[in-house]
Formats: sequence, C-alpha cells, structure tokens
Amino acid sequence: MFDTLTNRLQSAFQRLRGKGRLTEDDVKEALREIRRALLEADVNHAVAKELTDRIRERAVGQEILQSLSAAQQVIKIVNDELTALMGGGQAKLANASKPPTVILLVGLQGAGKTTAATKLARYLALSEHRRPLLVAADIYRPAAIQQLQVLGAQIDVPVFAPGSDVPPPEIARRALDEARRGGYDYVLIDTAGRLHIDEELMDELRQVRAIAEPDETLLVIDAMTGQDAVNVAKQFHEQIGVTGAILTKLDGDTRGGAALTVRHVTGCPVKFVGIGEKPDALEPFHPDRMASRILGMGDVLTLIEKAQATINEDDARALEAKLRRNEFTLEDFLTQLQQMRKLGPLDQLLGMIPGMGKLNKNLQGNSVDEGQFRKIEAIILSMSVKERKNPELVMKSSGRRVRIAKGSGTEVRDVNQLLRRFDEMRKLMKQFSGMGKNSARALSNLAGQVKGRSTFGHPGSGKGKRRR
Amino acid sequence: MRVMGFFDRLKEGLAKTRTVFTERVGGVLSRRKIDDSVYEELEDALLSADVGVGTTQYLLDRLAREARRQKLATADQLIPVLQSLVNEILDQGETELHLASQGLTVILVVGVNGAGKTTTIGKLAHRFRQEGKRVILAAGDTFRAAAIEQLCVWGERSGAHVVKQNTGSDPAAVIFDAIQAARARKADVLICDTAGRLQNKTHLMAELEKMYRVIVREIPEAPHETLLVLDATTGQNAIVQAKLFKEIAHVTGIVLTKLDGTAKGGVVIAIFQELGLPVKWVTVGEHLGDLEPFSASAFSAALFDGADVSRS
Ligand SMILES: Nc1nc2c(ncn2[C@@H]2O[C@H](COP(=O)(O)OP(=O)(O)OP(=O)(O)O)[C@@H](O)[C@H]2O)c(=O)[nH]1
Ligand SMILES: [Mg+2]
Repeated sequence: MFDTLTNRLQSAFQRLRGKGRLTEDDVKEALREIRRALLEADVNHAVAKELTDRIRERAVGQEILQSLSAAQQVIKIVNDELTALMGGGQAKLANASKPPTVILLVGLQGAGKTTAATKLARYLALSEHRRPLLVAADIYRPAAIQQLQVLGAQIDVPVFAPGSDVPPPEIARRALDEARRGGYDYVLIDTAGRLHIDEELMDELRQVRAIAEPDETLLVIDAMTGQDAVNVAKQFHEQIGVTGAILTKLDGDTRGGAALTVRHVTGCPVKFVGIGEKPDALEPFHPDRMASRILGMGDVLTLIEKAQATINEDDARALEAKLRRNEFTLEDFLTQLQQMRKLGPLDQLLGMIPGMGKLNKNLQGNSVDEGQFRKIEAIILSMSVKERKNPELVMKSSGRRVRIAKGSGTEVRDVNQLLRRFDEMRKLMKQFSGMGKNSARALSNLAGQVKGRSTFGHPGSGKGKRRR
Repeated sequence: MRVMGFFDRLKEGLAKTRTVFTERVGGVLSRRKIDDSVYEELEDALLSADVGVGTTQYLLDRLAREARRQKLATADQLIPVLQSLVNEILDQGETELHLASQGLTVILVVGVNGAGKTTTIGKLAHRFRQEGKRVILAAGDTFRAAAIEQLCVWGERSGAHVVKQNTGSDPAAVIFDAIQAARARKADVLICDTAGRLQNKTHLMAELEKMYRVIVREIPEAPHETLLVLDATTGQNAIVQAKLFKEIAHVTGIVLTKLDGTAKGGVVIAIFQELGLPVKWVTVGEHLGDLEPFSASAFSAALFDGADVSRS
C-alpha cells in the first residue's frame, strides 16, 4: 500500500515534527526523493528538474498543518503539480463541424497504433454511436494491413485498404473520398511506425497530413518509453503537429512517466490509455490517477484527502485532551471506530498519523474486520449512555454484562473481551498521547495488540485495495 | 567482432540529432575544470540514456574515485574514463550465441508487445541461412491478428520454413509440432516466435512457461538460448521485464532493438549488473541485414554520443 516514495518522504521529514514552517533546508532531502521517484518512473530528467523546482517554490514557507504530516503535505503539492501538468481534467476527442472527422495515428514502431486505431473505432461505434472507417496506411510492415483487416472484422468496422502498392498519401486521399461517399463520420488512419529521425518517412507523413487534413493527430506512445520520449514527442510534434496522445500498454507494471514528458513537450493532452490487447481495452485518461501512479503511491492521495476531510482538527485535539485526563469513554471509542470505518482499513489509517509511516511495515494487511466492527458497535450501542461514559460500571457488574450481551446478540465473553481491550487500549493511548520519543513504540505496541487479538481485527484480513 | 558495422550504423542514425559533443570534446571549451557542474552534466547524460538513477550514481561515484586517483583535471578527460567503466561492466557478458554441439539448436524468443521479436527472428534466420544452416521458424504467436502471416513473410525473405497452426491454437502445440518438423527435416536451427506479453500478466507468463517446458521435455538441453527482445526505447521497466522473463523462461541473453533511433538503451547496464543478463545482439533497422552482434565498446561509446559537457 504505502510505496517507497511515501516511506522515503516520511523518513526525510522525520526530524521536522513540531516545526512551524517548511524551510528550504527541510525540503531538500524530500525533493531529492521526489526527483528520484520521478526518474525511476521514466519522467524525463529535464522535466523532473523543472517540476522539483516548482515544488520547492510551493513547499518552502508552507505552514505544517496539524492533521497532515509534512511529508503528506509535500506529497499533496507534488500530486497537485503533476496533475496540473498533465492537464487537469479529461480531454475529449475532436469532432469536426463538417464530417468526417479525420484522426491520424502516428508513432514509433511497435507503439501500438494498429491496436489503438481499432480500439478507437470500437469506442466510436459502440459508445458514441458513430460510423467510423478504418484506413490501412501501413504499407511497410509485413502483414500490417491484414492485421487491421482482421481486427476491423472483429469489431465490425469496415477497413479501407487499397493495398501495399499504393503510397500512403494516395491511400489517405482515396479514404476520404470513400468516407464521404459512404457517409462515414470518422476516418481513422493507421500509419506505419517510423522513427522520428527518419527523414524520408517523416516527409511521407507530412504529405499524408497535408492531404488528410486531420482534425486530430494522435501520437501513440508506449507507456514503457524511457527518456527518449522527449525526442519522440518533440520531433513528431514539430514535424507533424500533434493534437493529443494515446498511452498504450498501461496494463503493464510500468510507472508511465512518459505521459508527463509527452504532455510537457507537446502541450497536448493524453486522451486515451490502452489497458489490454483486446479491442475494448481502452479508457479515457485520468490525470490524477496517472499522477499517483507515476509517484508510485497507489491510493495514498485519496486517503490523505479523506483524512483531511474526516478528521477534524478540533476533534483530534479534544480527543487528545480527553486521553490525557483519562476521560476516554466507550462512546469516544465508538466514534473513533466509526471514523476509522469511514476511512478504510486500519493499516492505511495509521499511515496517515504524522510520523507513523514507519509503523506501516508491521501493519501491512491488518484492518478492522467489518464483522468485528459490527459486533463492537452492537455491544456499545446496547449500553446505556451512562454505562458508555463510565465503563467501570459495566466492568464491575456481571448483571449488566449479561444484559448487554443479550441486547447486542453477542456472548458475555465478547462483552468481556471488548471491555478488556478497551481498557488496554485506553492505557496505551494515554501513553501515546503523552507523545515524546516513545510515541512510536506505544503505537507499535498498539499495533501489536491490534494484530494479535481478534477483537479489533486479525492478520491478513485486509483486502489489498490496489487500483491496479 | 564486427564492431565497425554496429558503430557506423549507430553513428549514422545518431548523426541526425546529435549535438555537438563529439566535435567539441577535444576543443578549448571542454578543457574546463572538473567541478560539481561537470558531474551534474554527466549525470544528465547518463540519465537521458536510460541508465537509471541507481546505476548513474554508482558510475559517477566510481568515476569520481578514478578522477582523484588519476589526478584528472579537466572535463574532457572524464568521458573516456566513464566509457571504459561502462565497457568494463558490459564486456564481462557472454555475447556469443550458445549453439548445440551437434544436432538441433532451439532458440526461444520472448518479450513484451511490439518489442521487435518477429522482425528479429527474420534477421536471425537470415544470418543462419547465410552461414548455410537449415532454419525452421515456429509461429508461436497464435494470438495477435496476422502475426502468423507476418512471420511467414520473414520466413520467405530469409529462406526459412515456417511451422504454423491457426490463430487461436495452443502455442505450446505449435512449438511441439515445430520440434518434430525440425527433427524430420534435419534442421540446424529452430527459432520460436512467441506472442508479445507484459510480464505482469500471470496467465500469459504461465502460457510461456508451458512452451518452455514443452521444449525441455522434447530436448533436455534446449532451449539453447532464450532471447529477451528489448526495445531500446524502454525505460526502467526493462529491469522488471528482464527479471520476470528470466524467472519464467530462463532468459540467456538480450536482443536490444531499434538502436537506429535516438534511444540509447542504457538500462541494459543495470540489467547486466542486477541479473547477469548480457546483450547478445542489437538491431538497427527494419531490413534483413540490420542485426549486429553486441559490442560493449561500441555501445559505451554511443552512450555518450550527444552528451554535452562542454558548456559552462
Ligand atoms: N527502426 C526499427 N524498427 C524495428 C526494429 N526492429 C523491429 N522494428 C519494427 O518494430 C515493429 C514491431 O516489430 P515486431 O517484430 O512486429 O515486434 P513483435 O515484438 O514481434 O511484436 P508483437 O508480436 O506484436 O508483440 C515493426 O514495425 C518492426 O518493423 C529496429 O531495429 N529498428
Ligand atoms: Mg510478433
């Protein structure tokens, strides 16, 4: 769940606890980690540098919020910057005022143009109820035309393929005639893969473009592309004029930093992503998801946002005061649990407590089990308000415990167990609220408790909630 | 080794976008003193060649030590040292293809989608044919549309017989057939094409494992080589690719493709260091002859082509 960058940032910020504002020195180490993460994700090194500069500007001078650790605050800035860089929202496909809309697919060899063309055609036909025409203009790669024909037949979209003897510009010209004649409203031209430095083939592509006058020229780029993405994007953009990109093979385990590079270099949005080999494996591009993927953070950001929204700072302070005065009641306990449930698994939650990142290793895979939670809730709700506020009443009277067990549909032993755990937890939390150097240990004790005892959850019950 | 061929082709490809590094390296400007900014520029050069953060740091640390030891004073002296460091690492790799001492040699070709597997097979077949060997190709990509037809074209071009079944059939069965055919025809080399697959797809990796097992069952010492075809344009994901394909299909070497572009394929340094997998061949174009044996020295030289440490 908590990937390396989060951990690294957390340790980079470990010494910062309690400080008021982030200084240039504070963020230095963190920025090094961010740069590293970006580079490991294949974001171009120049782009990574620019980005870290901007993050530095924004982070330095920031007030450290109480509810978020410095690391999380910086992660949020990073994420905001990344998302903004990738264009904020989703970008739509062009739509010519006078049909047909012409889409030209260009890119390096093996990027996935043919498959992408097929997916787009299927998307247009099925989701948008359009009439697309696929055009086979890759006359070079052996069996490329046939590949498109087979795929077109699979998705029931006609393929215009005059053959490998016809020069691509001529194919484009004839395809447009065909589209007008046949009443097609989209023309998707699949071109041969070519190197951006192949002057002859780039020139050919310029000719195709001049004739087809595309409304959309999509650069199809492999999500696994490394630093060279900058050259590819730049050259295709300068020479052909790109309007958007399709990022392919994102169903792999690559971070996909090339997405950022392409966007940065061309200024054009990534419009779709390919997530599989089948014609239906196409998705609109989500800049925010891509941002956390590049950083390798999975759902952390969503959680941070949720934590921000759920954990009210005043509540947190009030709770701490209660703990210090030993006034933590079963009612507070229930509120805590309910908040936790809103947030998700415990392991994720603890990671959001400032400075607790390093505890995560011990906690992986632990969470408050839904069934257990219901039981606890039922037991507490079966108590009178007075009992909830003063657990000692219940602890001392077996009669009350029997009543509560009946009322909650549980066993007396469940009630006993809850009370025992509550008592232990209260002690531990008190220790924890005392903070100081032992807080981590106190929490790790708590973690041990949570881990070992079934009332609050059991090992392995956490379902990995990864998006990918 | 035919170093020049590879080098020349690379040079030719690079010439179009190359910046002024090579012209300036001996010039006055590059005689600048070695300071942090020189190292920063070298770092940028290594990073843009996809060498990766970890390996870049490792190389620069070693370079700094060397520079102190040899008392180097100017920037232009650093590049040759860096090149020889890279060369030293990659030169340890075994680049020769391992062939059966007698009888049939089986080569399994694997990799992610679009890396250049089928094209590379055509080129390899051509090479073996030129050595007078009898070559059979197995159309093991039964998934991708027109993949079989594509391989057939390469079979025709190179003069190799293609063993195939229909699209959708079991690839392991195709491989099995091909081994029988190769035996019957007393072929020298059997090269097996496989469908492109992303290394994180467990079911597809299991399918590959099955193909591998069929080969081993038929010929215990085969496959004599399992070549991972790696697109030079690939970034750091190549390391995971190499790792997982090695685990499943016991990869013995890498074919680094598309080096006629501007990508340098620097990630192969990390792959060799971490996994011990050497590059055996590089490809530099889409024609039959565009396949060259890997040369560590040519590769190290090309890695810094375009690096510019002369500005200050
Ligand atoms: N410029 C250049 N293009 C290459 C090179 N090797 C292969 N290609 C091209 O890359 C594209 C993909 O090559 P394929 O051989 O079909 O790749 P593959 O790995 O078999 O692809 P799948 O079977 O679809 O996974 C084709 O257009 C090839 O012509 C090379 O060295 N240089
Ligand atoms: Mg293939």
